[in-house]
Amino acid sequence: MLKINDLHASIEGNEILKGINLEIKPGEVHAIMGPNGSGKSTLSSVVAGREEYEVSKGTIDFEGEDLLDLDPEERAHKGIFLSFQYPIEIPGVSVTNFLKTAINETRKAKGEEAMPANIMLKKMREKMALLEMDKGFLSRSLNEGFSGGEKKRNEIFQMAMLEPKLAILDETDSGLDIDALRIVANGVNKLKSKDNAVLLITHYQRLLDYIVPDYVHVLYNGRIVKSGGKDLALQLEEKGYDWIKEEMAI
Amino acid sequence: MSSEEKLLEEVTGSEYKYGFYTDIESDKVPAGLSEDVIRIISAKKKEPQWMLDWRLDAFHKFNQMTEPDWANVTYQKPDLQAISFYSAPVQKKKLGSLDEVDPELLKTFEKLGISVDEQKRLTNVAIDVVVDSVSVATTFKKTLAEKGIIFCPISEAIQEHPELVKKYLGTVVPKTDNYYAALNSAVFTDGSFCYIPKGVKCPMELSTYFRINEGGTGQFERTLLIADEESYVSYLEGCTAPSRDENQLHAAVVELIAMDGAEIKYSTVQNWYPGDANGKGGVFNFVTKRGICEKNAKISWTQVETGSAVTWKYPSCILKGENSIGEFYSVAVTNNHQQADTGTKMIHLGKNTKSTIISKGICAGKSNGSYRGLVKIGPRAENARNFSQCDSLLMGSSCGSHTFPYIETQNKSAKVEHEATTSKIGEDQIFYCNQRGIGTEEAIALIVNGYCKDVLNQLPMEFAVEAQKLLAISLEGSVG
Repeated sequence: MLKINDLHASIEGNEILKGINLEIKPGEVHAIMGPNGSGKSTLSSVVAGREEYEVSKGTIDFEGEDLLDLDPEERAHKGIFLSFQYPIEIPGVSVTNFLKTAINETRKAKGEEAMPANIMLKKMREKMALLEMDKGFLSRSLNEGFSGGEKKRNEIFQMAMLEPKLAILDETDSGLDIDALRIVANGVNKLKSKDNAVLLITHYQRLLDYIVPDYVHVLYNGRIVKSGGKDLALQLEEKGYDWIKEEMAI
Repeated sequence: MSSEEKLLEEVTGSEYKYGFYTDIESDKVPAGLSEDVIRIISAKKKEPQWMLDWRLDAFHKFNQMTEPDWANVTYQKPDLQAISFYSAPVQKKKLGSLDEVDPELLKTFEKLGISVDEQKRLTNVAIDVVVDSVSVATTFKKTLAEKGIIFCPISEAIQEHPELVKKYLGTVVPKTDNYYAALNSAVFTDGSFCYIPKGVKCPMELSTYFRINEGGTGQFERTLLIADEESYVSYLEGCTAPSRDENQLHAAVVELIAMDGAEIKYSTVQNWYPGDANGKGGVFNFVTKRGICEKNAKISWTQVETGSAVTWKYPSCILKGENSIGEFYSVAVTNNHQQADTGTKMIHLGKNTKSTIISKGICAGKSNGSYRGLVKIGPRAENARNFSQCDSLLMGSSCGSHTFPYIETQNKSAKVEHEATTSKIGEDQIFYCNQRGIGTEEAIALIVNGYCKDVLNQLPMEFAVEAQKLLAISLEGSVG
C-alpha cells in the first residue's frame, strides 16, 4: 500500500529525514517510536504533503502512484488521513459543516454525488456512539475551546467518517487521560480491517497496549535504526533509547 | 515571497464578474454641475416647484462646503464638472408591465442573476431596479398595495405621495449633513420609496437593485423608508457596475424612519466594480445612511461590502425614543488596491436604549480596511447599553487593517463595551482543511464564512447564500 524509499526531507535548509525506508501493507498496524527531534512528526507531515518540507531525494509510493506529485487534498482523496498532534481551530465553522465539506469534496474529486444529508447524519450518530461522544459536539466550532482530549477524539471521529485507507495517528495518545485513551483506541480498533492500515506515531508504550502493532520501528536522527515486533516497544519502555544508540554505535 | 504569500496572491487575485456593459440607448445630460443642470433634472422628472426649490437650496449650501479628508483613504478627488448627473435608459413610454421593458435590459438582469419576472420568481421578494439615474422596473406592486404598502421609485412618490415625501425627506440626513449628502440632495435622480402603514407586517422582502451602466456618469440615488407605528419591514439592496478604467462616483443617501414600535431590517450587499488588480478604475462609494428610532422601535443594518475602489460609509442609528434598539452587522472585504473606511454611529438619546455593533473586516492583497465607529450616550440616556465587537482578518502581509472607535458618554449610568481582535488565515488552517480533502480555495471560503457567521446569520436566508458566494468570489478567483 505505502512504500517509502530512501526518503530525504528538509525544512529551511536543515535535513530532518535522512533516508527513510518503510513498507506498509493492507491490514497492518505499524508503530514509529523515537526520542524527541528524531523526525517522527516530519515523516507524517511529508507523507500528508505539507509544503514547508522539501523532499530532496527518495520516493513515496501509495498504491502504485507517486504521492510526491500530488497536492495534500489529492492525497486525502486517495485515502490518506493524518490525525494531527495539535488539531487546528477554525472559529465559526461547525464540526458538522467541516465534515460535510470534507466528505463531499472528496466524493466530488472521485466523481461521486454529494452524500444525502440523512445518510450523513445517520453515519455521524453511529460514529459518535462508537467514540462515546456527546451530540452537542456537532454544532460546536471546530476545535475552538475543545479540551485536549476532545480535540483528539474529534480527530478520530473525522477519521471514522472519512474511512481512509491509511490513517497516520500523530501522538494521538498525548493529552488523553486513561479512559479517553481506551475509548479512542477502541474506536481505532473497531475501524481496522484487512483493507486499511494504521501508522501510529508515539512516544509511549501505553497506547500500544490498546492498539497492538504488527511492527515497531525506532526512528533516530532521521533514520529507522531498528525494526521489530511489538516486543520491541516493551524493551524501549524498559530500557529507554540509549541501548539502541550503543548497539548501533551512533 | 514566501510560499504562503504566493498562494494567497494566487487565490485572492480574482476578476469582477459583473463588469459587462449593456449597449442600450441612453438619455444623458451634458457633463458638469450647475443650477441649470439641476433645473434640467427636475424638469425631466416633471417635479413640482417645492422639489426644485429644495434641490436648489441644497445646491447653494453644497457650494459653500468642501470635500472632507478625515477618512483613512487616499484617492484623486472626483471632478464634478466631468460627470454627467443624469443618464437614463431610453424607453419609449411609461411602462405598463414588465413585458414592455427593453429586452437588452432584461438580458442585463438575467446576467446579474436577478429575475424580474413575477411569474417565475420562487422567492418572496419584490424588486425595484434602478439603472443609472432612473428606476426601470418594480415588481409585486399590486400585492403590496392591497396591504396599503407603498413601494415605488422615489420620483414616482414625489408625484403621487408628495405629502409623505415633503414631510420626511431630509429629516434624518439634513441637506447640510456632509459634502456628499448635500450633493445628493441637489442632484439625486431616483431611488426607492417605501411606506409601511400602521400595524402592517410587510409580507415579503422588499429589494432594490442598483446598476450603473453608462460611462462618465455617477449614481446619486436617494432612498426613503418610513415604517409607521408597530409595523415591520425587511429591505434589501444590491449593486453592481461595469468594469471601467475611470472612477465612477456613487453618492447615495438613505433615510429610515422607524416610528413607535416599528422595526426595520435593512440589508445591503454592495458589489460595485472594485477596479482592476492594479487599482485602476472602480467606483467611489460615498454614502450616507441613517435611521431614526422612536419609542420601542428597532433598526438593524446588515451590510456585506465587497466592491468599490473607495468606500466611505457609516450606516447609523439615532436612538431617540426610549427602549429603542440599534444594530449594525458588517462584513467589509477589501482586496487588491481597494480602500474602505466604514463603520457606524450609534447615538443614544432616549432612556434604556440599546445598541450592538458587530464588524468583521477582511483585508487581502494590497488593500486597506478601517473600522470607524462612534458610540455616543447623551445626558438623558439613562441606562443606555452598547456592545461593540470589531474583528479583522488579514490575508497575506501587504494589506492593512485599522480600527478607530470613538466613545462619548454624558451619562454615568451608561455601559459601553468594546472588544477587538486581529487574526490571520494561517497556513496551518489551510493545511488542516487540505488534509481532509478540502482544496485551498474551498478552505479559504470555509474559514472566511466561519469568521463572518455572526453577520451572515442576520441576512434573510436567500440573501445569505448569495452573500456567501460573493465572499468566495471576491476572495478566491473562482470566476465562472
